[in-house]
Amino acid sequence: MKCKRCSEKAAIKLRSHNAAFCKACFLFVFERNVERSIARDEMFTHDDRILVAVSGGKDSLALWDVLHRLGYTTEGLYLGLGIGTYSKASQQRTEEFAEQRGLSLRMVHLEEEDVGVTVPDAAQFTRRAPCAACGTVKRHHFDRAAHEGGFSVLATGHNLDDEAARLLGNVLHWQIPYLAKQQPVLEPTHARFVRKVRPLYRTSELESATYAFLRGIKYIVEECPNSHGASQILYKQLLNQLENEMPGTKLTFLTDFLKHGRQAFAAQPAGQLGECERCGMPAMGEICGYCRLVAEVDRRRSQAVAHS
Amino acid sequence: MLIRLEPQGKQIELPGRRRVRELLTKLGIAEGTVLVIREDELLTEDEVVEPGDDIELRAVISGGSA
Repeated sequence: MKCKRCSEKAAIKLRSHNAAFCKACFLFVFERNVERSIARDEMFTHDDRILVAVSGGKDSLALWDVLHRLGYTTEGLYLGLGIGTYSKASQQRTEEFAEQRGLSLRMVHLEEEDVGVTVPDAAQFTRRAPCAACGTVKRHHFDRAAHEGGFSVLATGHNLDDEAARLLGNVLHWQIPYLAKQQPVLEPTHARFVRKVRPLYRTSELESATYAFLRGIKYIVEECPNSHGASQILYKQLLNQLENEMPGTKLTFLTDFLKHGRQAFAAQPAGQLGECERCGMPAMGEICGYCRLVAEVDRRRSQAVAHS
Repeated sequence: MLIRLEPQGKQIELPGRRRVRELLTKLGIAEGTVLVIREDELLTEDEVVEPGDDIELRAVISGGSA
């Protein structure tokens, strides 16, 4: 199989592009596509300070690598979720990546007492699914770190498969508020929020994994132990079946929604954001979702201790 | 050839030579859902893997949002 651009031996075939590429051409095309997404959606410029949320996985490290190579001003943020050996391994991959490139990395460890609750604690002491609790915890700490660090942009490594699976889940359950907010750029709705962007939203997991491999990025391959049976993975598998029969389905599903569908949901009135009485971050009520989660964990943990 | 499935950590020994496309079909793996890795290179579906090759099939699906 030959590269579409240079006719050298191909390293990867992308059915969605109806093309195969050699290593050099794939890396060029991948970076160009990310840069085009950044420009198309006016995500940020070279004047912005960008906080990149990194997990040690292929997507976030590929994103950080590309942004660094494209000359953007970036710092990484690693959130230690307290998920045993998985968190330790992901931290190690992230630290190695940053050190090899001389990049600045911020660390927040949920296991430290004054930080909050870990994901395993949140799942154990509340009725929330681990992934739902993890989302609440991540959003709070990402927003907070971006605001307190004076960054103008928060970038995450969500890819096309993540976004298409999220869209499918939101459509299956008609999650109107989530459909209204699903877009690659979220402008701040409060002075303590910064703009949130997803520069990889048009690139597939296959592409980000290929990029990370070809760049020699040592990312964590094992899955989060809490993700087994997660609905997002089922949605991804279903979308991959469709993609296999009809290449390009995932990209069309997402981009046509952004182009034609989202506006219908965005017309729904949004509530007024205030500030959380406990942490000061933006909240829809008196207490933000994150502080409600922390309070629930503390209460149930105390009850468990009292009954033991 | 020795096939390693990651991140499952599972190993499978298969005899003979065959194209990557046939290998994936035999294992019930959809094209585009794994990286096919031999030493430091990626293999496309038309390439042939030989007896004695050490092949890693690395899944690209990740995630877990509820």
